[in-house]
Amino acid sequence: MDILSNLALGFGVALSPYTLFLAVCGCFLGTIIGALPGLGPSNGVAILIPITFTLGLDATSALVLMTSVYYGAMYGGRISSILLNIPGDEPALMTTLDGYPMAKQGRAGDALVLSGVASFVGALLATIGLMLLAPSLARVAFLFGPAEYFALYLLAFCTLGGMASNNQAKAALAACMGLGIAMIGVDSSSGLPRLTGGSLHLFDGVDFLVAIVGLFAIAELFFFIESHGKGSSIGVALDKVRVPWKDIFDTKWTMLRSSGVGFVAGILPGAGASLGSFLAYMTEKSIAGPNGGFGTGVPKGVAAPEAGNNAAAGGALVPMLTLGVPGSGTTAVLLALLMTLNITPGPTLFTERPEVVWGLIASLLIANVVLLLMNVPMVKIFVKVLMVPAWILLPGVTMISFVGIFSLTGSYFDMLMMIGFGVLGYFLRKLDVPTVPVILGILLGGNMEDALRRAMILSDGDVTYLFSSPISIGLWVAAILGFVAPMFLRNVLKKPPAITD
Amino acid sequence: MKTKVKAFGLTAAFCLIGGAASAAECIAPANPGGGWDFTCRQIGKILYDIGAVDTPVQVTNMPGAGGGLAYTTVVNERNDEENLIIAASSATTTRLAQNAYAGMTADQVRFVGAIGADPGVIVVAADSPFQTLGDMVEAIKADPGSVAFAGGSAVGGFDHMKPLMILKEGGFTDITSIKYIGVDGGADAITQTVGGFTQAMTGDMSEVVSFLANGDIRVIAVLTEDRVPGFEDIPTAKEQGYDVVAVNWRGLYVPKGISDAHFEEWAGKLQQVADSEEWAQAMADNGLAPFTLVGGQFQSYVDGLVADINAMSKELGVIQ
Repeated sequence: MDILSNLALGFGVALSPYTLFLAVCGCFLGTIIGALPGLGPSNGVAILIPITFTLGLDATSALVLMTSVYYGAMYGGRISSILLNIPGDEPALMTTLDGYPMAKQGRAGDALVLSGVASFVGALLATIGLMLLAPSLARVAFLFGPAEYFALYLLAFCTLGGMASNNQAKAALAACMGLGIAMIGVDSSSGLPRLTGGSLHLFDGVDFLVAIVGLFAIAELFFFIESHGKGSSIGVALDKVRVPWKDIFDTKWTMLRSSGVGFVAGILPGAGASLGSFLAYMTEKSIAGPNGGFGTGVPKGVAAPEAGNNAAAGGALVPMLTLGVPGSGTTAVLLALLMTLNITPGPTLFTERPEVVWGLIASLLIANVVLLLMNVPMVKIFVKVLMVPAWILLPGVTMISFVGIFSLTGSYFDMLMMIGFGVLGYFLRKLDVPTVPVILGILLGGNMEDALRRAMILSDGDVTYLFSSPISIGLWVAAILGFVAPMFLRNVLKKPPAITD
Repeated sequence: MKTKVKAFGLTAAFCLIGGAASAAECIAPANPGGGWDFTCRQIGKILYDIGAVDTPVQVTNMPGAGGGLAYTTVVNERNDEENLIIAASSATTTRLAQNAYAGMTADQVRFVGAIGADPGVIVVAADSPFQTLGDMVEAIKADPGSVAFAGGSAVGGFDHMKPLMILKEGGFTDITSIKYIGVDGGADAITQTVGGFTQAMTGDMSEVVSFLANGDIRVIAVLTEDRVPGFEDIPTAKEQGYDVVAVNWRGLYVPKGISDAHFEEWAGKLQQVADSEEWAQAMADNGLAPFTLVGGQFQSYVDGLVADINAMSKELGVIQ
């Protein structure tokens, strides 16, 4: 078997005590980076790149270290989502929806272990997918033009209604707010600045990390101040941490489906892990139906986004390695690392530098096992964080968030903007408007607009171009069904709410 | 700026170990992954490897406004730091020439040198009907809407300019009727072209090398004076009758306020990098062609370039 011998080559490269040590270090650092709000996988990897030079690491060792950090951060992001209701990084956004309610029910340990296992399943399947299918899957990117991308993003927004809120109109309003914020910055199709008020700081638009930290962490702080330090939603009940075998078994199909959805979303250049976890969550939510209890803290709602975002992280490596097109922010950074090591990813990488590719795949597999071992027994340490009283924990988190964001942009302006988002988040929550759609609007709005604008340029403004391929028609149909169906189904399916677990 | 914290820590550590030597800093005015980041990291690494600097060069990423944020920061806040170098390329001069840096002008910094250039290319999918640049120009003349270009820069950017320059040379003047979409980088532009969504890709040689080896695409013209070493079978636009030379040089600028002695010192160090085997290898691996211009010579090249692009942009209607 070709693959087995290649894999043996890869493990031969990656499996030495030294590289294993690097993998463990990378996983540990990555988990911490992912867990800290404001520090996500992309800036985590970027911060650590100079270390690889300082240590004088060769290509394989550098790759092992960086991919361990990458996967580690994807695992770590869930921790603060579940424990604090503050996403550690943008793909972990969806994990707050069910992870935090589950923690509030006193099942924080279960949620962490379950999401750790889901992360493992997603990442493992994605790595296997990368191994078996990468060269042929790369062709998928050739099928997606502007019209197809637009339909894909439309699908994401159409299924958004009713998410994280009982009121569809409020969710839609929140999404529009996000889309509006996404318009700030230099318009890529004309090069003209929009809504920047002439400020250079706004030329690149609003960084979604700033928005996430503001809307979640800073808003939380305001609530804390308002209640004079009492009755903060932070501080959830604790139980003994054990492995929730039943939940893991019950969510096995969810994990498998979500891994598939996430992997495909990851392969599409530009879509990335956030879209992966989002689509995985929405798929599971619609399969479960209105009685599935999604949003109230069900295990499936924790497993789906975590399997989805980790699978997308693996999927994003496919276009990066085979086309040199990064599928996400983090893979863009990894691409930079490869190029500094004088490895140019592209269609010929698999044949010309097999030791690099298979070394990378082997190190992904190693990192994944290390992370599972690290995350499940060590979950107690993270749960212990909750024992810290909220009046210490919350200012601490806020401080870390500020430092994280400042290290990202080095701009006082972003600090102010973050506080602005905190105020916005405070009022939105007072008005019971969900904040997750706002973030998704910021995250995906720019890409969606670019796709539409490009489609319009290519077709001379002919709207029918948007429905001109089987793929785009399929996505449109799914989008319309996703938008319309819940309105009718709600009445049809009005059964007494069942307790599913 | 994300690497800054780390850089600061490392600098502090090195100062403790190695005495008072202060580390040079290279600002890449973009996120990690692009050409500017490559310039900083590669030049920084070689500077240290060949012993031109005592401590590793710290790379700071300062993305914002297409390089404008780094430019204004250097001009306004760090105008006299002699240990500071900033990555630049044709994109820097294009934007300066088009007044895209909020009123900043090219004479507010000193351009210290370029040590390599990425030749501009026009690329079509392997199964495209266009065999030569002439075929494409004729097709556009017959029906301007029939050929759409994809490139890695925004509308009005250097990638957009390349086909327009060729068309103007070919006697086609209605350049606003040419379709161009700016996507996220050259590889993405190729993906769109191989997928058939656009008919041609405009970009740099380094962006197309691996696709070329794979047989997905054909390069119908390279925009250099002479054929590029290693790619001798690719004809230049010039030999096909379109006298257009457009290369994306990779170089550095330094703050305006430093002394002539420091300026010359950086020019000398850059020349050392240009002469090193490591750089030759890095260029070969990344599809860069030799293009060395340092010191005052480079400054006058940049001045000329800015004036040319400014005149052309006005003619093209990109700026008033």
